[in-house]
Amino acid sequence: MRAVPLSVTAFTASCAAGSGRTALLEALRARRTGLAANDFTEAPLDTFIGRVRGVEEQPLPGALAEWECRNNRLAWHGLQSDGFLQAVEAARERYGAGRVAVVLGTSTSSIGATEEGYRRLGPDGQYPQELRRPIVHTVHSLGYFVQRALRLNGVCVTVATACSSSAKVFAQAERLLRLGIADAAVVGGVDTLCYSVLFGFNALELVSPEPCRPFDPARRGISLGEAAGFALLEREGRGPQLLGYGESSDAHHMSSPHPEGLGARLAVTDALRRGGLEPRDIDYINLHGTASQKNDEVEARLVAELFPPDTRASSTKGWTGHALGAAGILEAVITLLALESGFMPGTLNSRELDTTCGPQIRLENGEGEVRHALSHSFGFGGSNCVLLFGRARLQ
Amino acid sequence: MTSGRLHEVFIEGVGFWASRLPGWAAAREILTGRAPAPAAPAPRPSPALLPPAERRRAPDTVALALEVAARACEAAGRDPKSLASVFASTHGDLAISDAICDTLAKTPSLTSPTKFHNSVHNAAAGYWTIGTGCLKPYTSVSGYYFTFGEGLLEACVQALSEAAPVLYVAFDIEARGPVGTMQPSRGVFAGALVISPEAGERTVARLAWEVREVDEPRQSEPRAANAALVEGNAMANGLTLFEALADDVERDIAQTLAPHLSLAMRVTPAAVARPLAAPLMQRAQ
Repeated sequence: MRAVPLSVTAFTASCAAGSGRTALLEALRARRTGLAANDFTEAPLDTFIGRVRGVEEQPLPGALAEWECRNNRLAWHGLQSDGFLQAVEAARERYGAGRVAVVLGTSTSSIGATEEGYRRLGPDGQYPQELRRPIVHTVHSLGYFVQRALRLNGVCVTVATACSSSAKVFAQAERLLRLGIADAAVVGGVDTLCYSVLFGFNALELVSPEPCRPFDPARRGISLGEAAGFALLEREGRGPQLLGYGESSDAHHMSSPHPEGLGARLAVTDALRRGGLEPRDIDYINLHGTASQKNDEVEARLVAELFPPDTRASSTKGWTGHALGAAGILEAVITLLALESGFMPGTLNSRELDTTCGPQIRLENGEGEVRHALSHSFGFGGSNCVLLFGRARLQ
Repeated sequence: MTSGRLHEVFIEGVGFWASRLPGWAAAREILTGRAPAPAAPAPRPSPALLPPAERRRAPDTVALALEVAARACEAAGRDPKSLASVFASTHGDLAISDAICDTLAKTPSLTSPTKFHNSVHNAAAGYWTIGTGCLKPYTSVSGYYFTFGEGLLEACVQALSEAAPVLYVAFDIEARGPVGTMQPSRGVFAGALVISPEAGERTVARLAWEVREVDEPRQSEPRAANAALVEGNAMANGLTLFEALADDVERDIAQTLAPHLSLAMRVTPAAVARPLAAPLMQRAQ
């Protein structure tokens, strides 16, 4: 099926490199990383993280206090930038609260609150009183919180397919709009640093002891990060266009990508097919580029095989860290910024490029005409999603 | 109350497992009152899709989801490789969450890599696509109390928007440890449906549905004796649809999607209306 192009009428992202589009774009241009030595866990873990500063000092408004936890705080923080709340307000007025869907991605949602409960169990084996709020101890904490915070009444789902989560939300929303189940959709995702992912990825020996170096032959693994990002999708309106998406499964391994990038290739070709475009039409690709040995090897080879030399491609995880379930939306926002500004970020922290890389993958930032761009998200459990965006239609 | 547009899909195959409804064949008999429920909970099914060495070690969520998914595909006569899938679970694997949170609180550096990768919400979906060699996309969704309805809606939307059959799998297991005090879930519940955009040889029921805005949450309950069999499970409100599929009468049911949104369905078993392709309900447009 061809996807029906949708307008991205508002979008925003907040991460360690900056909160809101202006700050994020500035950090990308200045090649200023948001990564710093791990100061998140009490137990020592020698790694670098992309932590959003100040979340601890930004409690939720009183009316939303029941939802209090780091993940929902970061969601609320993220909603405040770039006129996003106002854009949703206008959509609610235009279509009605029941016609605006909320489809958000995460990997661990607010499990940080559950972990804290376990660290602070009382002698009775129970959580401390202030953590006895059931809604923050389940996956849909995120979607439900954002739906309540935005006072919407439509379809509301939390998607949890690991690192592809907040890319797949664009596909799900497009289908809801195509079938007329909703008239607009708030999509995006939020993931926050927590012990589960820091010590979990450490157990898998995927965590780097230095700031991550995507596609560098001497890369040593990933740097974990956190982010909140949102986009408003409508059938009409000003803004860049969602032209297509591709989704697939690797059918290979729970925590390792398919060695030939079979699923990733299917996702890229499906996105192009839905958008009616060829590889030569793509000016910029924001790569998954986690700096894990396997991902970068497989992804570099795939890009070298599929795309012409003048398609620029890069990983921005050296600025932001790997925001896992929020990586899809964070990198979709960077891709949308490239379409709007012509600025194409390079790859940070990496000193040289692996020999598997073709001429597409760049270390240095660049400028140029960006007509169409892709954003890659390849996840744990072999879940892949590729998003295809184009410039705003002439009004 | 506002009504949406009316859509229809066709159920081709059903898989089911709950502690006291072990397998769809047994469940149909029990849900229709033709047979008594077993007095004791059944042991969990063994997922034949996994290599023998992994079957015993597989998390409960994976064992259950793979079992019902495989049975639904068999009943539908569909190769699992050919189906995109929607997996829905309110909480994911609560037993693994409990074990990981316990380790993280005491000795985080001893976190098990296997437990970690089994803890992700999409573990069951990942194992399913690996076990069947399926390259089609899956998704893994949660909607708290509304999980069954939201997952079912996404599966129906995919079937119609992509014009291809879709596998829907919904499951929740028993909660353990301190997290169980916040999210109590009892017993196990797993249901699977192959949902097709077109009527066919294997169609067992037509599902005509629409999304409605409502003043109050609308959730149809199963008959009391049946409700008691899955009481306390986080996915229990999904039983109504399976009860309707077991019955040989047409039935209107509602599944909540959000506090003010409802999935209204007319379930027409193949036994009461042939050919099923002819719509029984007036189209809204």
